[in-house]
Amino acid sequence: MSKQGSASALMAEQSPGPLVAFENVSKIYGKGDAEVRALNGVNLQINAGEFVAVMGPSGSGKSTAMNILGCLDKPTSGRYLFKGVDVGGLASDQLAMLRRHFLGFVFQGFNLLARTTALENLELPLIYQRIEKARRRAMALEALETVGLADRADHTPAELSGGQQQRVAIARAIVTKPSLLLADEPTGNLDSARSHEIMQLLTRLNRERGLTVVLVTHEDDIAAYAGRRLDFRDGRIVRETRNTGKPSHAQ
Amino acid sequence: MLSNTLLMALREIQRNVLRSGLTVLGIIIGVAAVIVIVTLGAGTTRQVGSEISKMGSNMITLVPGGDMRMGGASGAAPPFLAADVEALRRELVGVSAIAPYAQRMDQVIVGNENRRVNIVGTVAEISVVRNWKVTDGRLFTLSEERSGKAVCIIGATIRKEMMAGMEPLGATVRVGKLSCEVIGVLEPKGQAMFGGDQDATVVLPIRTYQRRIVGNDRIAQILISGADSADLSDLKLQITQVMRERRNIAAGERSNFSVIDMTEVAGVMQTTIGVMTTFLSAIAGVSLLVGGIGIMNIMLVSVTERTREIGIRLAIGATEREVMLQFLVEAAMLSAGGGLLGITLGLIGAASIAPAINVPFVFQTSTVVQAFLFSAAVGVIFGFMPARRAARLNPIEALRHE
Ligand SMILES: Nc1ncnc2c1ncn2[C@@H]1O[C@H](COP(=O)(O)OP(=O)(O)OP(=O)(O)O)[C@@H](O)[C@H]1O
Ligand SMILES: [Mg+2]
Repeated sequence: MSKQGSASALMAEQSPGPLVAFENVSKIYGKGDAEVRALNGVNLQINAGEFVAVMGPSGSGKSTAMNILGCLDKPTSGRYLFKGVDVGGLASDQLAMLRRHFLGFVFQGFNLLARTTALENLELPLIYQRIEKARRRAMALEALETVGLADRADHTPAELSGGQQQRVAIARAIVTKPSLLLADEPTGNLDSARSHEIMQLLTRLNRERGLTVVLVTHEDDIAAYAGRRLDFRDGRIVRETRNTGKPSHAQ
Repeated sequence: MLSNTLLMALREIQRNVLRSGLTVLGIIIGVAAVIVIVTLGAGTTRQVGSEISKMGSNMITLVPGGDMRMGGASGAAPPFLAADVEALRRELVGVSAIAPYAQRMDQVIVGNENRRVNIVGTVAEISVVRNWKVTDGRLFTLSEERSGKAVCIIGATIRKEMMAGMEPLGATVRVGKLSCEVIGVLEPKGQAMFGGDQDATVVLPIRTYQRRIVGNDRIAQILISGADSADLSDLKLQITQVMRERRNIAAGERSNFSVIDMTEVAGVMQTTIGVMTTFLSAIAGVSLLVGGIGIMNIMLVSVTERTREIGIRLAIGATEREVMLQFLVEAAMLSAGGGLLGITLGLIGAASIAPAINVPFVFQTSTVVQAFLFSAAVGVIFGFMPARRAARLNPIEALRHE
């Protein structure tokens, strides 16, 4: 309990700056000849409430950047500031607390627990938050309702379509009311119609709840939902575009 | 959180009931075997104890022949005589009763009934030495003993099976060629652990037995009961001294008789049973070790199978410790469950075997608790390595795992 308290306290003071920031972040995999610079001196700021699309060719470092944003990985050099706090100095338990309370993940492969109902999948992050059963259930049902799947609460992933699974995964990511939602190619496994449903859902969450969304995609029409677009190439951001048609919801 | 962890573990076990069952089979068998062995061992120990106490407390037996434990020959050893009994009666201090004792199998006839039973020659003091009680009638009087009168006391079986519907007291019983009058009936003593019915017996005054049944004046054993406060080892020393003097055995020469303390014999037997029980339990315990390795094996497989699940848990904010705890609890639950099952099977097994081998079923709470804790510990110990492996997975790689 005390650890949770300290993690919340860590992030308690609302810093006026960006929600997340990369300061000259590099990520190097391997050593010597086998060395790969997945990220090469990236600078980046994302404000609370923004909807950002990350694009770029395969191997350009998008997923690497997402993993660092998600506190699943640490930069080799440079600083990653989450709400102004340097994540590089945190222990693995503290990173887990950050993920538990402030981050939500959506993956290309849905990553729901198999043979586990939608409702139980949604309850899982709440269990780690030590939220008691009745409230957990209510929160999970509410999140399922938000993604329009309240009637599928007792279905296991195997009993759901791909689009439905991804909506359950989004519900699981937002059930804890995180500050930042990270989605790495969330529509990569879905057909066009299903992809647009997912994007409409994410847009709604961004607009109505002020949820900050960072999303990786290879499709221009998917990226068009975002307020800002970052293009990666060889571990760097090579272009940054503001989408005037769909303005960012940053203040 | 712990209750959630327990629930999660339970669900995971339920999901793979068959596999879980096979995983803990070693534990189940091991625990069941240990429970059966320890329970029957305790039953046998208690049985020996009660047999010995039935024989009478503080009892010392004097038998011909050198130290039995040293393998002394008893064949050529001189038997005891009435004079020896008189001498012991005179010289020993701290004795409550002394009874000469001899026995042999012989024909007993009552009316049309005819049976070979154990014929005993002794004196009234046997009731003190061996806790024999007369339920009907009386013991021998001193004058009956001295004169070698044809009177007898019968065991409960003789009365029940050979004298049904008869008034036993005053009836005439033929023992070998001797006709004797029944003056008493002994309280039933039940089945002996080794050997047959202790109540199929006819007891005669020793002199009657010597003259009319065997035709000699030998006394096979002398049974001596120490007074309540008596020091048995001191009494044994006294007996040895008296007998060596009477037989003129020089210092340094071996005695041609033995003084046996029944409680000591019981102690040796019980210790032997204890050692046997421990030894057999240890062998059964090896099965627990094998069971533990089985659990480790399956948990390792499970960690690999569930790599992606572990990745998901880490991504949504589980700490390494929580992931580790989850797998540890699962392993402990598996093996503790197997332990419970093994305990149940073991108790059922012991309860059904015990009557068959004529031993009481002794339920020992401490054994059950220990078996349970031990099996749970096996799970924790052998689950530790797989659990640590799960906790140390890299979340990114785990999420990518196919
Ligand atoms: N664990 C790792 N070990 C070594 N190299 C890695 C590792 N992860 C990523 N890389 C390398 O880092 C570079 C960036 O990978 P990353 O996964 O970030 O690319 P991406 O932009 O997400 O590509 P894609 O669009 O195909 O998903 C690649 O060259 C990749 O091979
Ligand atoms: Mg990628």
